[in-house]
Amino acid sequence: MKAHITKLDVSRRSFMQGAGGLTFAFALSGTLLGRASEAYAADGARLNAWVTIGTDDTITILCPQSEMGQGVLTALPLILAEELDADWSKVKPEFAPGNPKLYGGAHKMFPGAQLTLASVSVPAYWMPLRLAGAQARRVLLDNVAEKWGVPVVELSTDKSKVIHRKSKRSISYGDVAKFAKVPDELPKVTEADLKKRKDFRLIGRKDIGRVDVPSKVNGTAKYGIDVQVPGMVYASLLHAPMDGAKAESVNTDEVMKIKGVTRVIPLPFGVAVIGDTVEATRAGRFALKVKWDISASKAAPFDSAKAFDEYARKAADPAAEVKEAFKTGDADKALSGAAKTMTAAYSSEHTYHAQMEPMNAVARVSDDGQSAEIWVGTQVQPLAAAVVAGALKTTPDKIKIHLQLLGGGFGRRIWPDAPVQAAVLASIVKKPVKLMLTREDDIAAARPRPMTYHTLKAGLDETGNLTGWHHRIVAENVDAVAAPPRFQATGGRDYIGWVGMNQDFYDIPHLTADAIREQRGMRVHAWRGIGAGYNRFVTESFLDEIVAAKGGDPVATRLALTAKHPRAQAVIKAVAEMSEFTKKRPGRGMGIAFSDYHDTLTAGVAEVSVDKVTGKINVHNYWIAIDGGLIIQPDNVNAQLESAVIYALSGALSEELTVKDGAVQQSNFNDYQVLRMSDVPQIHMKVLVTDNPPTGMGEVGIPCVAPAIGNAVAQLTGKRLRHLPMSPERVKKALG
Amino acid sequence: MPVGFTINGKAASVDVEPDTPLLWVVREHLKLTGTKFGCGSGLCGACTVHVDGKAVRSCQTSMSEVAGKTVTTIEGLSPSSTHPLQKAWIAEQVPQCGYCQSGQIMQAAELLAKTKKPTRDQIVAHMDGNICRCGTYPRIVRAIERAAREA
Repeated sequence: MKAHITKLDVSRRSFMQGAGGLTFAFALSGTLLGRASEAYAADGARLNAWVTIGTDDTITILCPQSEMGQGVLTALPLILAEELDADWSKVKPEFAPGNPKLYGGAHKMFPGAQLTLASVSVPAYWMPLRLAGAQARRVLLDNVAEKWGVPVVELSTDKSKVIHRKSKRSISYGDVAKFAKVPDELPKVTEADLKKRKDFRLIGRKDIGRVDVPSKVNGTAKYGIDVQVPGMVYASLLHAPMDGAKAESVNTDEVMKIKGVTRVIPLPFGVAVIGDTVEATRAGRFALKVKWDISASKAAPFDSAKAFDEYARKAADPAAEVKEAFKTGDADKALSGAAKTMTAAYSSEHTYHAQMEPMNAVARVSDDGQSAEIWVGTQVQPLAAAVVAGALKTTPDKIKIHLQLLGGGFGRRIWPDAPVQAAVLASIVKKPVKLMLTREDDIAAARPRPMTYHTLKAGLDETGNLTGWHHRIVAENVDAVAAPPRFQATGGRDYIGWVGMNQDFYDIPHLTADAIREQRGMRVHAWRGIGAGYNRFVTESFLDEIVAAKGGDPVATRLALTAKHPRAQAVIKAVAEMSEFTKKRPGRGMGIAFSDYHDTLTAGVAEVSVDKVTGKINVHNYWIAIDGGLIIQPDNVNAQLESAVIYALSGALSEELTVKDGAVQQSNFNDYQVLRMSDVPQIHMKVLVTDNPPTGMGEVGIPCVAPAIGNAVAQLTGKRLRHLPMSPERVKKALG
Repeated sequence: MPVGFTINGKAASVDVEPDTPLLWVVREHLKLTGTKFGCGSGLCGACTVHVDGKAVRSCQTSMSEVAGKTVTTIEGLSPSSTHPLQKAWIAEQVPQCGYCQSGQIMQAAELLAKTKKPTRDQIVAHMDGNICRCGTYPRIVRAIERAAREA
């Protein structure tokens, strides 16, 4: 079985290289909109790769991205429907297959790739889908113009109708579909053909709900875990405690005695129990007694609690290899020539995604083992196909992914471990397999946000103004695990882990951010907000330390630092105003933070109190102001902000995945505590709508939360919290 | 051995071990997949259903406890998905990933069945065992308040 793992690495590499090298099928001039092989659907006209109009007026629009709660199944089809002038009530969104050539996006970070991560969906597809909608509309207009013998310029559209005002005629899109001919060469459309913002009828509407919501209140929404296929067997898995662990001995005979258990299979990723029912395989999994050989595991000696001291030593070690992450001016010189310097050290623990739907997949592998069908909720369909193909030693085109809804993603469903495990099991047992991880194994299989250690040094002039800045991070590199080809191509830059160390909107004349890599064998991965989650905690907290030392004002300081960026200033001003930041609140502290994650500008303010006996931080109010450019679905933007704020609160206050002897120490929601309703503050949001192109929304609520809380606690107590999470034990210790 | 009970108004009998959790009977044997698996330990609330009108964690309820009783899942809460909570959930656009929402709604339905106009504190106390990782908590509170108002 070792061969599987070797092969996986190879195919991951080739996939990522392929994704980076794909050309963007929708050159923004709009000359080449993908064309499906079949020009006509059976009951309507397929106008381009994205949209089919049925003779019954239904409009099927394909959504290239996965739906994990962020609302993309509504927002992306809505963008196309806007330019198509569709009657929204007739639109039926469906998932597009994984096919980057047809359905790749146009995001600057991932041109041509089809992946649901990094808050890229709306920015990646905003222009391609508008062009696709305008093109589809043009095909309808051309057909009607020819049919009626009128110049196309005399035609207009409104709510799924083509209208000829002169002759007072109109025809529904469905009726056009009955005779429409789709030309081999689709009409060219450009940005000049698109609607002006004032003409939008769907984009920006508060009253258009999410299309998936009704199915999510009556149990009909289908997730990967809900799939059953004929002839399938169930599988549970005692997940290997770390990569490279081998089952040395397994109490197979004992487990086989459980009624319904049919096989016990040791594999590189764990010990699988196959059976006729889910209850049998779960019982079997919990009855397993496995002795692991971890002699070949890189992670085996790793102890996260002890490692912080080792990271700290490395940060100060002149012999350590240091990679430059971001640089402006000459920070070394500025720091050595400063009138005064300040230093601080910060750190953060691993965090686990804790998506509510444990990892699972259903796989059916052909008799010859060369093709497979996979039913799964995944954030990256092409990656799942490529990695499963690698495991089965076949090619990605032989892997059909049936995309399901995701019961939470947050970055966990980028890497397709469950599909691969299910496919491997199906190929062994020669039957379709439904694999469901227990919560305990979902945690053991965690792909966490890395633990990090940071040192900061600031140079100040005579009056305490910031002149130089040095930020060093010591951590495992996420890109090295999650995006090895990019990691290699960039000479070891950790894009995911370093986000937030850059200060593009702060005018700091001399800045160096650099990094020292740890290699501890952890499967570190993208966790909602990626590096910005801990890096902004560090930088925005340290900034307040500098402000406090000077006796300055945290809002005025940030406004001064962003003087060249009016959009950044606007969100800082907005959040200060809405929170009445300077108003005295007895027994409460107020803290502010600013972030520019993936071009969406945000500022947050937390109002906190601290229980000095228990050490618990209570967040009473949280205000957030954002500028993400043009807004597609205002109500959903509010939902996403609220969602990310709560996710970040949970991470800031309680979430902590610890590792001992290479194995995760937590097992379920009893010892991995996530935020519950009773700890949710009042959340106040202000969205500054601007004409700028839309930027991401799914994660932007994250970065300001932890530093705003830390800054508020410092204002209230005079004590600075420098370690995430700011758990009661740590707060008590800090308060002394 | 066969266990007989009523589910969503219909008689059912399943041949399973008596210690089989109700959750797996509902989801995998009867294919009523609206009820979700989240933790298997009664810690998250995703699997909440009603047994004789009481909200229970179906992952912690064995079939022997269910024999002869009446089980209601999200699919049976209202034949036309028009329970006041379901309407309120749509009006307030509560679900995001949606995975926990069947459990949330079933938990909330128990509250409204015994407390017509719950206070905010009563809502929070009653719902605190149900985790929503998407953080829809503020909207859940609003939806329960709306359902109480409009029911």
